[in-house]
Amino acid sequence: MANSPASAAAKVDDSRFVRIDRLTKRFDEVAAVDDVSLDIEKGEIFALLGSSGCGKSTLLRMLAGFETPSVGSIYLEGNDIAKMPPYERPINMMFQSYALFPHLTVWENIAFGLKRDNMPTDQIAERVETMLNIVKLKPYAKRKPHQLSGGQQQRVALARCLAKSPKLLLLDEPLGALDRKLREQTQFELHNIIKKVGVTCVLVTHDQEEAMTMADRIAVMSEGRFKQVGKPNEIYETPSCRFVADFIGNVNMFGGTLEVDQPDHCVIDTMHGKFYLDHGITGTQDMPVSVAVRPEKINLQRDPPADPQYNCLRGEIADSGYFGSFSLYRMNLASGMKLQIQITHTERHGELFQRGETVFATCAPDSLVALTT
Amino acid sequence: MESRIGKFWLGAGYVFLYLPILTLIVFSFNDSKMVTLWGGFTFKWYGVIAHDTEVVDGFLLSLKVALMTASASVCLGMLAAFAMVRYKSFFGRTAFSAHINAPLVVPEVITGLSLLLFFVLCQRLFGMPERGVFTIWAGHTSVGMAYAAVVIQSRLLEMDKSLEEAAMDLGCRPFQVFYLVTFPMIAQALMSAWLLTFTISLDDVVATAFLSGPGSTTLPIVILSRARLGLNPTVNAIATITVAVVAVGVLAGSLWLNRQERKRAAEQAAAYREGTLALAS
Ligand SMILES: Nc1ncnc2c1ncn2[C@@H]1O[C@H](COP(=O)(O)OP(=O)(O)OP(=O)(O)O)[C@@H](O)[C@H]1O
Ligand SMILES: [Mg+2]
Repeated sequence: MANSPASAAAKVDDSRFVRIDRLTKRFDEVAAVDDVSLDIEKGEIFALLGSSGCGKSTLLRMLAGFETPSVGSIYLEGNDIAKMPPYERPINMMFQSYALFPHLTVWENIAFGLKRDNMPTDQIAERVETMLNIVKLKPYAKRKPHQLSGGQQQRVALARCLAKSPKLLLLDEPLGALDRKLREQTQFELHNIIKKVGVTCVLVTHDQEEAMTMADRIAVMSEGRFKQVGKPNEIYETPSCRFVADFIGNVNMFGGTLEVDQPDHCVIDTMHGKFYLDHGITGTQDMPVSVAVRPEKINLQRDPPADPQYNCLRGEIADSGYFGSFSLYRMNLASGMKLQIQITHTERHGELFQRGETVFATCAPDSLVALTT
Repeated sequence: MESRIGKFWLGAGYVFLYLPILTLIVFSFNDSKMVTLWGGFTFKWYGVIAHDTEVVDGFLLSLKVALMTASASVCLGMLAAFAMVRYKSFFGRTAFSAHINAPLVVPEVITGLSLLLFFVLCQRLFGMPERGVFTIWAGHTSVGMAYAAVVIQSRLLEMDKSLEEAAMDLGCRPFQVFYLVTFPMIAQALMSAWLLTFTISLDDVVATAFLSGPGSTTLPIVILSRARLGLNPTVNAIATITVAVVAVGVLAGSLWLNRQERKRAAEQAAAYREGTLALAS
């Protein structure tokens, strides 16, 4: 009985807390979100990362119910909610502008959603109290939003969303309205609160650092589509395409062709030199492939390496910047390309390279990524 | 040097604006039938108008019409403003927008005349409406609605749309969104629209002249017809009372607004200071 197909199917659905199935939203025939599918697990913090206009807000607003999908469905715990109005969804959203009600006090703002649920007064008071404690705003309960600083307003907005114990919390650029200094501090606070409450959360941001530090998984978006979905380190270390490699962090990219392709290694020939990678790619001989390497994965040395055939680039230091814990160099290659290199200073009196010096840049076979798309 | 010239012109402007009104006020206390000759100080004209039924009735009628006009204008203007701001594309939107703004630019004589023709036609066809309070009200409202729509529209445009979305997100049904969030947000604009249309209706002469019937003479019409018969100290007294009421109203209103604004700014500054202090510590 327990192994009947029906109960097995139900079980699969439950494990996918939120399921977005082939979702498309068109505005006047232009697809802002284009055939996007995604599963989000319970308790996960998921970030939608992308540049301006890539459709991340539109996707979030479809989850909240402010936009109706042109095609596709959204399942929450197995129920299709795509056609449900926002006021019936067990989902709450924190707006980029916070959207605090200016005519209500902090206390009333937080109680607003609870009153709509006809919660008994004493329970409302208790719940608001709890929320005020979580966001550490108890002394400010009687203030109006304009009497609060930006960071405090953000916390009120968060408390107001969390007060209703939503199944899914949506954050649209949660730190976008704060100044830089406040951002870093708030980022960790926000992360801690969400994890403490244990709510599943989808957040939208165009700031990759914010996405990396806050999220368990990230979707990199471009022109309404997902380019890659994965853990922050996966996205950084094994980007799936040129767009993602370029979008996240700094990268040096060399265009070339596939020369040797074996299961355990491959060689890519570029105009800058040949690269030996410790993994194979399933491609055809001479197909165009790019090699990507992060600036911090490159080593610099003055003497030519023992085996200069692979993964070795000769050039001249064009610029250098000393940042204390690390130095940034830019190196002119013979091919005309500029290479970015970041050297971490692990020793107090490690060597520094001067502008105009001729040096060799090397990198390990496992630090290179081959990109075919 | 330049500032002295500037001050001169400013002074000249003030004299031009306010000297006539000042003269009017002074002569309302003139104890002489001759309007241009000073014959001593008196309150008697105020006593006279208090017992003048034409004036008192006119005043009460004006008040009644203005109250009705302001209320109707705000209601209709609000609906029009919502339609314009919230619905960016519907059939005939441009024409609708032009219709809302037309009464602001069409000369009032034309408005009054066309309404008169319309009502006369209606009366011939249906036997109603009789020219009187109703027709004046309808005429004033058609103009007042346009003013109200403009005032409310600008407030709606500057209102953060996500406030309403947030309300809906927190469980408000559409009607609850309106009375719990939108209405409090635009209440001040509704109030100003109401006051604006009230004053427009209160002192309207042109449209009223076309639309009033035998038994429905508003105060401005009374003043106008008396002034035409020759200048008369009672007219001065009526006008002085009007000026006093308006001046007190405007002054109180702007003082109150000013104070609110200053209080808000101070509170905001305090919150900001506190925020930076918290960050520094
Ligand atoms: N209501 C709308 N009507 C028409 N087009 C829209 C509407 N909302 C969004 N779009 C379009 O959809 C695209 C995606 O918009 P969206 O707001 O989702 O971008 P975003 O990724 O959130 O960008 P940003 O970082 O600037 O907020 C944009 O090209 C935008 O012009
Ligand atoms: Mg956006």
